[in-house]
Amino acid sequence: MVRTYFLLLWTWTRAAAAYPVSFALMIVFGVVTASLDVAVILIVFANTTTLAGFSRDEVLFLYGTAGVSFAICDTFVSNIDRVSQHIKAGTLDTILIRPVSAWVQLTTDRFVPGRIGRILQSVIVLGYAIAALDLDGRRAWMIPVMVVTGVVIFAALWTLAGAMQFVLTDAPEVSNALTYGSAQLNQYPLSIYARDLVRAVTYVFPLAFVNWQPGLYVLGRADPFGTPELMRFAGPAAALVLALLAGLAWRQGIRHYRSTGS
Amino acid sequence: MIELDGAGRSFKIKRRVVHAVRDLSFTVSAGEFVGYLGPNGAGKSTTIKMLCGILTPTSGRVRVAGLDPSRRRTTLARRIGVVFGQRTTLWWDLPLADSFELIRHLYKVDRATFRSRLGELTETLDLGEFIRTPVRQLSLGQRMRGDLAAALLHAPDVLVLDEPTIGLDVVSKAGIRDFLQRVNAEQGTTVLLTTHDLGDIERLCRRVMLIDHGRLAFDGTLDDLMATAPEQSSLEEVVTRLYTAAPQ
Repeated sequence: MVRTYFLLLWTWTRAAAAYPVSFALMIVFGVVTASLDVAVILIVFANTTTLAGFSRDEVLFLYGTAGVSFAICDTFVSNIDRVSQHIKAGTLDTILIRPVSAWVQLTTDRFVPGRIGRILQSVIVLGYAIAALDLDGRRAWMIPVMVVTGVVIFAALWTLAGAMQFVLTDAPEVSNALTYGSAQLNQYPLSIYARDLVRAVTYVFPLAFVNWQPGLYVLGRADPFGTPELMRFAGPAAALVLALLAGLAWRQGIRHYRSTGS
Repeated sequence: MIELDGAGRSFKIKRRVVHAVRDLSFTVSAGEFVGYLGPNGAGKSTTIKMLCGILTPTSGRVRVAGLDPSRRRTTLARRIGVVFGQRTTLWWDLPLADSFELIRHLYKVDRATFRSRLGELTETLDLGEFIRTPVRQLSLGQRMRGDLAAALLHAPDVLVLDEPTIGLDVVSKAGIRDFLQRVNAEQGTTVLLTTHDLGDIERLCRRVMLIDHGRLAFDGTLDDLMATAPEQSSLEEVVTRLYTAAPQ
């Protein structure tokens, strides 16, 4: 399955190479738009030294970890968004007759390598934040763990959003709230948000485990909302539960596919 | 090879339940070449989509090559070849040859078998002159030949064709018919052919099934079909009679 995934990625990369200008522009635009987010953070900190108790470099650390996870999924999973177009056009039929899982075919569908620019940008911000902060070396192991957890959570959210398309064919935008909305939320320390919202993204959609909970551990901070220390390590479990739910929803979606006339 | 037992598929459209196919039962044995006829909206495509596992039946039982298509879709995919005349299964921006290479990997066909089979298909379908052209630049006739080759590269036991000659000129049609006949005769591939072109049926099918309003209205040999109408009727007249007959 992994081999097939990369084979399909490579195939689409070659197909994209038919449009080289688009490829170059995608990289440039990716870096520019992502950099605007960082610019906003820097502007905020030009006027204040702390944001909800967090320093500039701490905020950049939280931004960077969520950013890397998100950008990886945006590049390698988000193509599943296009399932609504395939459902409407009936082209999902041609995907379903192949001996490869529809998920693998759709996450690689029309893959554009240009999005890699966003991963690069996030890695640079994260690298800077790690270098600038005086982190406890014994807690650094959590950083790769949280990036992987984040990837699983975002991939699951995209899969859920894709599964929703089988029901909400006419409203693909609704599911963007789930994916792009989540990414926006995670760019700042959750302590700037209202308590009820933070509860929701901790216990319902486990977004708090992308960077907030494990990030508090890495930064050696107590949770301003007072959740127990144990929560800092609950990320991988929460990610697995969400991935399982997303997988089931996806299966149901495929089984309820109605195709089109003809 | 294909077995339907009371298979049905209904859709809810604006709170109304529409039965695209209802209580459909038939068996197709290995090596048969069956024409599947019916007016527009009769349920032909729905049947085909249930056979490939694209649609899950809402009632009854479907088996293809001994497998339940909707539950074992990806396993079945290796044993079935599907061609949709209305849309290509090839990769739009890739040259035909690259699509074939990709199919080789997806269907796990070993290199030597692939090479000899592609050589054969290239020759019989005359793909040589456009095999390096991106699919989007192919003419409809060329694309259809490419699609046929793609559906047969993994040597499926069953070939399901949904209007493969739609929109083709007479020469291209004749070429495709010859080819299908050879595949059926030489490889013993079971073929189910949906078409509105009665020439396809006369030329290729020993057995004809006719579906109307989601039910099987006729199942028998081409001669049996002709016998349902007064003598000297053309196939077109025979079929028109059946299509316009009131549903039971």
